[in-house]
This record gives sequence, C-alpha cells and structure tokens, in this order.
Amino acid sequence: MAERKCTLSVLVENTPGALARIAGLFSGRGFNIDSLCVAETLDPTLSHLTLVTRGDDQIIEQIIKQLRRLIDVYKVVDVTEEGDFVEREMALIKVRAEKENREEIYRLCEIFRLKIVDVSPRTYIIEVTGDKEKLEAVIELLRPMGIKEIVRTGLIAMKREKKNP
Amino acid sequence: MGQIMTGARMVIEALKKEGVEIVFGYPGGAIIDVYDELYKNPEIHHVLVRHEQGAAHAADGYARSTGKVGVAIVTSGPGATNTVTGIATAYMDSIPIVVITGQVPTKLIGNDAFQEVDITGITRPITKHNFLVKRIEDLPRILKAAFYIARTGRPGPVLVDLPKDVQQAKGEFNYLEEIHLRSYNPTYEPHLKQIEKAYLLLEKAERPVFLIGGGVISSDAAPEVRELAEKLNLPVTMTLMGLGGFPGDHEQSLGMLGMHGTYYANMAVAHCDVLLAVGARFDDRVTGKVDAFAPNAKIIHIDIDPSSIQKNVKVDVPIVGDCKRALTRLLEMIKEVGKPKKYWKERFKEWWEQIDIWRRRYPLSYKEDPNYIKPQYVIEKLYELTKGEAIICTEVGQNQMWTAQYYKFKYPRTLITSGGLGTMGFGFPASIGAQMGNPGKLVIDIAGDGSIQMNIQELATAMDQKLPIKIIILNNGYLGMVRQWQELFYEKRYSAVKLTTLPDFVKIAEAYGAVGMRITKPQEVEPTLKKILNMDKLAILDVIIAPEEGVFPMVPAGKATTEMILV
Ligand SMILES: Cc1ncc(C[n+]2csc(CCOP(=O)(O)OP(=O)(O)O)c2C)c(N)n1
Ligand SMILES: [Mg+2]
Repeated sequence: MAERKCTLSVLVENTPGALARIAGLFSGRGFNIDSLCVAETLDPTLSHLTLVTRGDDQIIEQIIKQLRRLIDVYKVVDVTEEGDFVEREMALIKVRAEKENREEIYRLCEIFRLKIVDVSPRTYIIEVTGDKEKLEAVIELLRPMGIKEIVRTGLIAMKREKKNP
Repeated sequence: MGQIMTGARMVIEALKKEGVEIVFGYPGGAIIDVYDELYKNPEIHHVLVRHEQGAAHAADGYARSTGKVGVAIVTSGPGATNTVTGIATAYMDSIPIVVITGQVPTKLIGNDAFQEVDITGITRPITKHNFLVKRIEDLPRILKAAFYIARTGRPGPVLVDLPKDVQQAKGEFNYLEEIHLRSYNPTYEPHLKQIEKAYLLLEKAERPVFLIGGGVISSDAAPEVRELAEKLNLPVTMTLMGLGGFPGDHEQSLGMLGMHGTYYANMAVAHCDVLLAVGARFDDRVTGKVDAFAPNAKIIHIDIDPSSIQKNVKVDVPIVGDCKRALTRLLEMIKEVGKPKKYWKERFKEWWEQIDIWRRRYPLSYKEDPNYIKPQYVIEKLYELTKGEAIICTEVGQNQMWTAQYYKFKYPRTLITSGGLGTMGFGFPASIGAQMGNPGKLVIDIAGDGSIQMNIQELATAMDQKLPIKIIILNNGYLGMVRQWQELFYEKRYSAVKLTTLPDFVKIAEAYGAVGMRITKPQEVEPTLKKILNMDKLAILDVIIAPEEGVFPMVPAGKATTEMILV
C-alpha cells in the first residue's frame, strides 16, 4: 500500500501527561512523527496539536484510532483526508549577510515578502512563513549565501470553511 | 458542602463509595498515611502480600473472577516499580484494576528524592490511564475517574500516584455520583446498519465459524453467545481469553484455536466462509501467519475498542460496540427475520459433517505411559472430579496450555490466566485474589515448577487469609515450554531450561503450615486429587510428570494455522 503524508489536527486536555502520552504512543507503536506543533486554544483547558505523520491507509487509520483511545484526547481530525485546508509553517533563518551579498538578500526578501527580523554586522535573521514548498524554495535560494542556522516551527493546519454553504 | 478530611481519608471514603471491600497491598513511608486510615477503617479488608507484584496480580485475579474492580495499594519507588509486571499483565488482558501508589511530597518531585520514581511516566504505556495528584482539591474527582475509567469501555488498569503531602492535606470530599469525561466516551450501542450487514453475511454463509475472545467474558455476554450459537447452529471456537465464554463441553464447541488450539478449530477457521469474531483481537498466537488466516472468509468483527478492528486482519463488517449489546441486537434481528431453526440446521449440515471428520481425524490426544504421569491426564481427571465447577488459575508455559486444552471450561470467569503478557508467577497470586473474591468456591492454581517459584512467597499471604487454595505443580524439572521450542526448532540445544535445583515443594508447603504431597505414578493421580480437593486447607500437590512431554498440536510461530505439528 502506498505511503502518504497525513496532517492530523488533535485537541487534547491541557493536562501534564497528555503530550508525553501522545509522544509515547508514536514511539511505542513505531509510528512516525515528521513534525509536531503544540499550543493553547481559545479554551484554556484544551491544547491543540498539529501532527504530521506518514503511513499507508491502514497505519494512518491505526494512528487515528490509537490517538482517540487515549483518555485525554478530545478530538482527532485527519485534515489531509478532509481535503480543503490551509497549511503554514514558519522558519527563522540566520544567514551570512556580508557587504557583497546584503543587497541580493534584501532583494530576495522583497520578492518573497520575507521579513528581516534581526540585523547584525555579519548576519540577518529572516522570517519566512508559508507552506512547505515556499519554505524549501526560500531555503534553497538562501543556501548559496551561507545559512548558519535554521529553526522551523513545524506545520500547522486548519480546515477551510465551505465557500457556499 | 462535602465533609472536610485528609487525602488519605478520602482514599478510604472513595473505596467505600465504589463498593470496594478488599484491597491488596504493602505499606511504606510514602503511603503510611493511607495505611493509618486503613487501620482506623477495618471494614475495608486489607490483604498484606509479600511482594507488590503479588498485590497487583491478586487485585487482577479478584477482578477477573468477580467482574469487579480490583485494588492494590503500595508505597513509592520500589513498591511502585514492583507492581509494573502486574499492571502490564492486567493491561494486556483488559482487566479493571486501580493501583494506588504513594509518592514523595510534591515539592520533592523531580529531585531524585529517597524512594522517588516517576511511576506515571513508567506506567504510561501499560495503563489505560494514570494520574499524578498534585492538589487535594483534585483528589475526589480523580479517584472517581480512576474507577470509572478502569471499569468502563474496554476495561484496563488505572494508576493513581498520590504524594505524601496530598495524603496529609485537608480538603472537601465531594464525591460525584456520576462522572462525565468529555474526552472519553466509549461506544456501547452498535450501529444497526452494521448489525444488518452482519446478519446478511450469516444468512448467506455456508461454512460459518463463531470465534469468541475475552471481550465476551468482560461484557458478560456468555448467555447471548450461547443463544446465538444454538439458534444458528454455529461451530464455536475460543481464544485463550475466551475460554468459558461458551461451554467447553457443548457439542458445538471446537475448543481453543491458534498456536496450541485443536486441529479441528484451526481447520474450521482456515476453511470457513464467514467468521464472526466477538471480543477477540486477532493476536499472533491466534492467527499464525496472517495472510493464511481464514483466507476465504468474510470477517465480522465486534469489539468495543475501535483500534482492535482492522489492526491485524482485514475486516469486512466492523462493529464497534459492547459485545453483549451487539449480540443482543443481532439476536433481535434474527428473531425479526424469523427463519426457523431448521433452516440453519439444514444449511450448515455439510459443514458440520466436514467438521466432524476433522474432529474424528485428530481429536486432542496424548500417549499414556505406565511409568510416567502425563500432565494431560492430570487435567482431565481434575476436570472430571471438579465437574468443571472450579475456578482455575494457571501459570505460564506448558502447564497453561495443557489446562486450556484439557479442562473444558463451562462458565465465564472460571479460567484466570495471563493471556496477553504471558506472565510466569501470575497464577498463584491471582488465585489469592480469586479465592478472596469467591470464598465458597474451589480455587486451583495449575502451576509449573518454574513459574510457581516466581511468586512463591505469597504462600504466607494465602496462609494469613486462611485460603484453601490448591496448587497443583506439573513438575517436569524444566522450563518446559522453552525446552519444547528448543527441542522442535533448535535441535535439542537445551540452553538454560533445566531446573537443576528444585526445592522440595512438599517441605515448602509444610514450612508455611500448609499441606504438601507428592505423586509420581499414574495410579496415584485420582485418589490424591480427591484427597486434596476435599481438604479445607491450602495444599500443594507436586506432580512429577513425564519430563519431556510436549504440548500438541502446535503451530510453529509465524506459520499458517493449518501447518500444525500434531504429536
Ligand atoms: C516472567 C516470565 N519470564 C520468562 C517467560 C518465558 N517463558 C515462557 S514459558 C516458560 C517456562 C515456564 O516453565 P514452568 O513454569 O516450569 O512451566 P512448564 O512450561 O514447564 O509447564 C518461560 C521461561 C515468561 N513467560 N514469563
Ligand atoms: Mg516446568
């Protein structure tokens, strides 16, 4: 069976063990986690988790069922399955910005609407937000300049509302 | 306004509210406040074990044999870690127990304090859920939730870690009559559309098999299983955990399937066209090589845990729900359609003829030997003498499999065995729990000479409580099951399976003030069994059996269930 990427949107009780339980489930049962993003929700008693994983349909079905089996898990939605959704990720990229390439970096930032959020004599920190493709494209373009460090948030996702209800 | 009391007292009050009369445990510094309350509240009977693993297994045996939640109470650190095997055993077999562990005071947590261990971290993958109680205000709700979670849905162990300062703190005891957890809503009622699909498959079936597992026992669905089986004239086979869910002496019973299942059960499953599986999870000991398992069958799978369905085998009609309710709905549908009993009798006539051919070809059998006691014979005699009315606990290994094959379990909750984890040392402490929960009943632990030594210290516990448990050791001088694998698959390289020094089990019994007896000849079996079964005292019967006897049939691990080694 073909492997596919799958983005899960998970609401869990905001309790101390909940995240450990989810991480433990993945390691204990040999499932993959490509990225994991956790934050509060409007309801402070619930946390939201965006989890990107991979597997064939049977494995993904198991992952979802096993997640739902956890007492602390309130809701699991396979965003990829539902189709229409928005995905975003943010990265901070520390890039060498010496005299000779400052101009070029600056131009790239304009074209891609990137923000320069920190400037030091020899580096910029650039903030990029977008889907995975955009992030990778930007990283590839900046690579020749000399990337010193990258920190990525991991993907977050949200289902779109229906356009004509 | 609830009453103001200490956390330790709340534990006792919660136990009372939950109807708990017996707890199994072992004290220590971090749980001493709860023990002080136990002292003041003798209406809760505390059973002092001799090792915390015994407490967890005893709580488990109590739960399995009574259907109630078993409770174990232990101290922090080593007390808590000693329960781990017991918790994992209960988890694998979906048994409802609540384990209360003492913990160092909250302000010391994380400091590597004396006897501190992260027991919620350790037990996370082997509990249905666990709690670390940080505030006294949370305690009543957590205790309520612990029992509720343990008992409902697919049951399982729940651990509550209780720091010493929370035991000592005072708070208001407002114990909920009912609890609702928004993130935990087990599905009990099956989807009627799915039930209908199941019915239609059965109606068209020509070679159906009814496969039942432990879920039938935990949802008390044995009456419905029997009604359905008899109404539709279905052959019934059971997993190890399902034994007793349908009478083993019933003519429609094919006994156990799987690795050490009967030839005819495995053949029937391999050739069936519809497999109705209820409360079973298709573990590898049942399926053998998955691709060759029931290859031509449409599978109907009823289970309360959605994650059990489609996990190991592909299912055609998944039904999520309580086994008892789902079978009840199915029976209602059958009544509604109203096909006469004759219809089903006629329909499966050829199928039954085929099954009977298999039954006659290879019934369960063993070779008698005038010089040795055969373990199968011991179990057969035990079945005859107890008429299938005893509660039988087992250890793990050959002793367990011979028991499963030759004792025809007639009722649910009469076989207490570690199926999923296969824990040696489980049977005897579990029999303590079973006997505590069933005072008038005959409780027997069928043991191996290896396994019994894993929790033999609990003899003291059983003597304390004056329990007339009977321990029958099938003594082959070996870690027999491992030896059997080495014999069959490792060219008889008997690595580390000979139990060279064995204690004198008769003297051990006597040392604890129990009765000990030993037999070595076949003709001694029946009279000695009669003798000990009639004793109102704990007795160990050391049965010296043929040392290299094997368990057959056997499906080698990973092979198709039709590739059985027969003798
Ligand atoms: C705690 C534990 N350790 C190891 C095993 C592996 N094991 C399975 S059966 C068995 C042999 C059991 O020997 P005994 O109790 O004498 O039973 P027999 O097979 O001889 O009847 C062993 C070592 C186990 N199941 N449990
Ligand atoms: Mg042995």
